[in-house]
Amino acid sequence: MITIKNLHASIGDKEILKGINLEIKAGEIHAIMGPNGSGKSTLASVLAGRQDYEITQGEVTFNGKNLLDLSPEDRAREGLFLAFQYPVEIPGVSNINFLKTALNEIRAYHGQEEMPAKDFLALVKEKQKLVELDGKLTNRSVNEGFSGGEKKRNEIFQMAMLNPKLAILDETDSGLDIDALRIVATGVNALKNKENAFVVITHYQRLLDYIVPDFVHILYNGKIVKSGGKELALELEAKGYDEIKSKFESLEK
Amino acid sequence: MIVEKSNTAQLIIDKISSTAGKVNFIDNDQLSKALLYLENKGIPNNKHEDYKYCNVDGVFKKEFKNIEQKLNTVTDVTKFKLENALTIVVVNGNYSESLSDKLILKGLQLTAFSSLENEEKRWIGSIANVESDAFIALNTAFSGNGFHLKIMDNEQLQMPIHILYVSSADSEALVNPRNVIELGKNAEATIIEEQICIGKGKVFTNFLSEKFVGENSKLTSYTFQNEGSNGFSVNTNQVTIARYGKYDNTTITFSGSLVRNNHNVVLAAQNCEAHLNGLFTTKNNQLVDNHTLMDHQMPNCESNELYKGIINDKSTGVFNGKIYVRKDAQKTNAYQSSKNILLSDDATINTKPQLEIYADDVKCSHGTSTGKIDEVAVFYLNARGIGKESAKKLLLNAFAQEVINKIEVDELKDKVLNLFENEL
Repeated sequence: MITIKNLHASIGDKEILKGINLEIKAGEIHAIMGPNGSGKSTLASVLAGRQDYEITQGEVTFNGKNLLDLSPEDRAREGLFLAFQYPVEIPGVSNINFLKTALNEIRAYHGQEEMPAKDFLALVKEKQKLVELDGKLTNRSVNEGFSGGEKKRNEIFQMAMLNPKLAILDETDSGLDIDALRIVATGVNALKNKENAFVVITHYQRLLDYIVPDFVHILYNGKIVKSGGKELALELEAKGYDEIKSKFESLEK
Repeated sequence: MIVEKSNTAQLIIDKISSTAGKVNFIDNDQLSKALLYLENKGIPNNKHEDYKYCNVDGVFKKEFKNIEQKLNTVTDVTKFKLENALTIVVVNGNYSESLSDKLILKGLQLTAFSSLENEEKRWIGSIANVESDAFIALNTAFSGNGFHLKIMDNEQLQMPIHILYVSSADSEALVNPRNVIELGKNAEATIIEEQICIGKGKVFTNFLSEKFVGENSKLTSYTFQNEGSNGFSVNTNQVTIARYGKYDNTTITFSGSLVRNNHNVVLAAQNCEAHLNGLFTTKNNQLVDNHTLMDHQMPNCESNELYKGIINDKSTGVFNGKIYVRKDAQKTNAYQSSKNILLSDDATINTKPQLEIYADDVKCSHGTSTGKIDEVAVFYLNARGIGKESAKKLLLNAFAQEVINKIEVDELKDKVLNLFENEL
C-alpha cells in the first residue's frame, strides 16, 4: 500500500527524519513508538503533506503513485488520512458542512456524483454511533469548544466517514482517559478490514492493548532502529527507552 | 503649516448650481451656512485627520473632472425589489412616488420634502449639524427631493421597508439623496437601505440620513452597498436615540470604487442601546472606509460594534471607531471589535479605535486583529480532501458569518450570502 524509502526531512537547518524505510501492506496495523523528539509526528506530517518540512531525500509510493508529488488534498483523496495530534478548531464551519464538503470533493476526484443528502445523514448517524459522539457535536463548529477527548473522537469519526485506505493516528491516545481510549480503539477495530491499513503512533503500550498491531517499530533520532511484533511494545513498556537510547547514542559516537 | 485649500468645492458648487433647480425645502439659514462651510473648508483630502485614508478631494479631481449631470430617467426597478417588503424608490436623489409601493402599512407616513408643511421642515437638519462635516454641508447645499418617513407612536411595522437609492447617469454626476426617518414612542421598524448604480457614467452619491429613534422604540436598519465600479459614495447616517430606545445597524459593503460610511450615533438619553455591525469585502483598487462614532451622553447606555473586512488585490479597507463617553455617561458599556483578513500582499487595512472617556464608572473595550487566512486551518481542511479554493471559501464564509447572521430579514440574508459566495 505504501512504501517509504530512505526518507529524509528537515525543518530549517535541522534534519529530523534521517532515512526512514517502511513498507505497509493492506490489512496490516503498524505501531510506531519512540521517545519525544524522535520524529514520529514529523513522519506523520510529512506523509500528510504539511508544507513546513523540506524533503531532502527519499521517496514514498502510495498505491503506485509518488505521494510526495501530490498536494495534501490529493493525498487525502487518494485515501490517506491523518488523525491529528492537535485537531484544529475552526469556528464558524459546522462539522457537518465540513464533512459533506470533504466527502463530496473526494467523490468528485474519483468521478463520483455527490452523495444524496439522505444517504449522507444516514452515514453520519451510523458513524456517530460507532464513536459514541454526541449528535449535538456534529452540528457545532469543527472542534470548537470540544474537550480533548471529544476532539480525538471527532478525528476517528471523520476517519469513519471518509473511509481511508491508510489511516495514520498521531498520538490519538494522548490525553485520553480509559473510556475514551476504548471508544477510539473500538472505532478503529470496527473499521479495520483487509483493504485498509493503520499506522498508530504512540508513546505508550496502553493503546496497543486495544488496537493490536501486527508490527511495532521503534523510531529514534529520525530512524527506525528496531522492528518487531507486538511483543516489542511490551518489552519497551517494561524496560523503557533508556536502553535503546544508550545503545544508539554509543553507536553514533 | 498652512494647507492650501483645494478649489474642488467651488468647482462643484459652480457646476451643480448651473444644472440644479432651486432647493426650496431647506431653509435659507442652513443653505447659507452650508455654502459658507464648503467655501471655507473645501472637500477634505488626506491632510484632514478624519479623511486621512480617504482622499475624497483627490477622487473628485481624478474621477469627476467633468461633472455633467446628464441624469437618466428610471422607469423600472422591479428586479431590485424584495418580495416581502414595502419599497420606497429614490432616483438620483429624488423620491419617486410612481416607482414606490403604495405605503399601505398602518402607522406609516411618508412625505416628500417638497410637500412638507413649514412646521414639519424643522426635522431637516435638526440632527445632522451642517457645520460638522463637508459632506453634510454639500448635501444640504444640493439636497435632492428626499422624504420624511414617520412611524407613529405605538406602531410596530409588520413588514420591512426597503429603500432603493438608484442612481443613473450617462456621464459623471453627483447626486445627494437625503431622508429623515423618525420613530415615535414605543414604535418598531425595520429599514433596508440599498444603493444601486445602473447608468453608463460614474456617479458620486453623497447620501445623508437623519434617524431619530423615539422613546422605547426600536429601529433595525440594514445598509446594503453593491454599486459596481461606477459607484462612488460618501454615506452619512446621523442617529439620535431617546430614552430606552434601541438602534441596530448592519452595513454590508461589496462593490463600489469608493465607499465612505460615516455612522454617527448619539445615545442622548438614559438606558439606550446601539449596535453597529459591518462586513466589507474589497477588490481591485477599491477603498471602503467605515467611520463610526458612538457618542455616549447619558448614563446606563450600551453600545457594541463589530466590523469585519476581507481585503483583496490592491484594495484598501479602513475602520475608525470613535467612542465618546461624556462626563454624565456613568455606567456606560461600550465595546468595539474590528477583525480583518488580508488576502493579498498588496492589500491594506487601517484600523483605529479612538476612545475618549470622561466618566469614571464605565466599561469600555476595543480590540482589533488583522491577519492572513489561517494556514493551519487550511491544512486541516486540505488533509480531509478539501481543495485550496473550497477551503478558503469555507474559512472566509465562517469569518463573515458572525456579521451576516445579524441579518434578521431572511430574504436579505439569502441575497447577501449568495453575493458573498460570488465575491470570493
